[in-house]
Amino acid sequence: MPTYRPGPVSLIIAAFVALFLLMPLLAVIPVSLTPSRMLAMPSGELSLRHYRALIEDPRWLQSILLSVRIGIVSSAFSTVLALCFSLGVWMFQPRFTAALVGFVLLPMVVPPVVSAITLYFLLTSISGFSSFFGYDTWLGVAMAHSVMTVPFATVLMLVSLSQLDRRIDLAARGLGATVWERATRIIMPNIKFGIVTAALLSFVLSWEEIGVTLFITSVNAITLPRLMWMGLRDNIDPAIAALSVILIIITVLVLAVRSFVVRMRGAQ
Amino acid sequence: MRAYLSDRMGAALLMAPLLLFLVLAYAWPFLGVVKWSFTLPTPGLGQYDALLTDDLVQSVFIRTLRIAAVVTVVSVAAAYAITVVWVRGTPAQRLIAEFCILVPFWISVLTRAFGWVALLSNRGLINTWLQAIGFISEPLALVRNEFGVIVGMTHFLIPFAVFPLASAMRSLDDRVLLAARGLGSSRIRTFWTVFVPMTRSGIIGAAMIVFVFSLGFFVTPAILGGGRSVMIAELIYLRIFQSPDWGLGAAISVVLVLFVGALMALLFRYVRPKQLI
Repeated sequence: MPTYRPGPVSLIIAAFVALFLLMPLLAVIPVSLTPSRMLAMPSGELSLRHYRALIEDPRWLQSILLSVRIGIVSSAFSTVLALCFSLGVWMFQPRFTAALVGFVLLPMVVPPVVSAITLYFLLTSISGFSSFFGYDTWLGVAMAHSVMTVPFATVLMLVSLSQLDRRIDLAARGLGATVWERATRIIMPNIKFGIVTAALLSFVLSWEEIGVTLFITSVNAITLPRLMWMGLRDNIDPAIAALSVILIIITVLVLAVRSFVVRMRGAQ
Repeated sequence: MRAYLSDRMGAALLMAPLLLFLVLAYAWPFLGVVKWSFTLPTPGLGQYDALLTDDLVQSVFIRTLRIAAVVTVVSVAAAYAITVVWVRGTPAQRLIAEFCILVPFWISVLTRAFGWVALLSNRGLINTWLQAIGFISEPLALVRNEFGVIVGMTHFLIPFAVFPLASAMRSLDDRVLLAARGLGSSRIRTFWTVFVPMTRSGIIGAAMIVFVFSLGFFVTPAILGGGRSVMIAELIYLRIFQSPDWGLGAAISVVLVLFVGALMALLFRYVRPKQLI
């Protein structure tokens, strides 16, 4: 417990930073309630028309369903790949581990726009001989998202494995457990929190991915962020404000539940 | 011997799928992009030559470096202020600071950029209020220019700067601070001569992360810059999709990767990766 507390000057500056961080999130609330068809502050009366537009316009629902589907497929794929890889690293500690892990983390550190043009190259190449898997297809987007999320999933797995006591695995091994039994019955039950977190993070990253998605979709695979982007670039559509408010509320609720769960686990 | 062999087999079998996936879906197509930069539209070094002579490309590079530098300084300073409270405040202060850091962190970049549009645009919150109280008659140009881009990027990057700073501040031994105070140093002097220098690795790490992120930033500048203050990433996008000039887009990407790689190499000479988490 730190004994050296921040003084009043630090607190005032930090309060300004906190305000700066929250300001744009609060600003979307009044905009979402405007009766106007364009982006404006409501003057006088409030309206829920932009929330209604979210339900009535089928494009929003379609893109949400598409984003969920892509998120589930890409998250499952990258979680399984990251789990196998991390188990391999932890159980066998092969030579060149650092170089291999570094390679896996590349999509996380390379500027996203470079990953985007790389995946654009990949998917347009695939499009040459497959029409349902390649540029502007949902499977292509799911694969591209897996490339982008797998480093994050791997980092989370490696971190939770690093907190695991090696001796339980050695004991299992000494008692004659096979590699499969050690992985599925000893190690995985002990890192299940890490596995779930990795899957959730992969889903969230895919759900809000836009940098790469812009490069690899045009008219068919319109994910939710892609649809928001189109609404933001041309004529700013206040329905985006309504959607943003909903997304912010979900985020705050999930974070509150998560911090509650962490606290409960800590209390045990 | 058999156990040793089966160990190596097991490791290979477990690690192969991901490595194979990334070689096929990432490394190979990246080499394809490198190839584009040397072969489109005509084979040779023409695109790299253009990078050095084209005025537009030059001005975009310089603008990107300038914006990245400003954003780095502002975000690290702001992140430092809130991290001090997050790490060393009272429990209530820490909870509030954590909320203010994590909520924006988890909200998508599009929503956050849109929030700034709602605040800064001509009919946005700030201009509407300033006009309502009669402070200004014409709306201020706060967005679709470099100012808007810097504000939006700073907002996006502060949480990323917080994590390395928090890690450095948590590992700092309180007794050093108490010793400085006990020896008669004032609070302010203790902060500047003991606290800040002892969190140097966090500051370097945070600055590097923010700077590297800013260089390749796409969404926020594209929305808040409104096509007027184009940065490198948006230039790549425009070269690929609007004036199909894939070779130049690819060449800029290659240069960007080399530059970021050099910066990362520099970073890891001074800071160990573990200190960044």
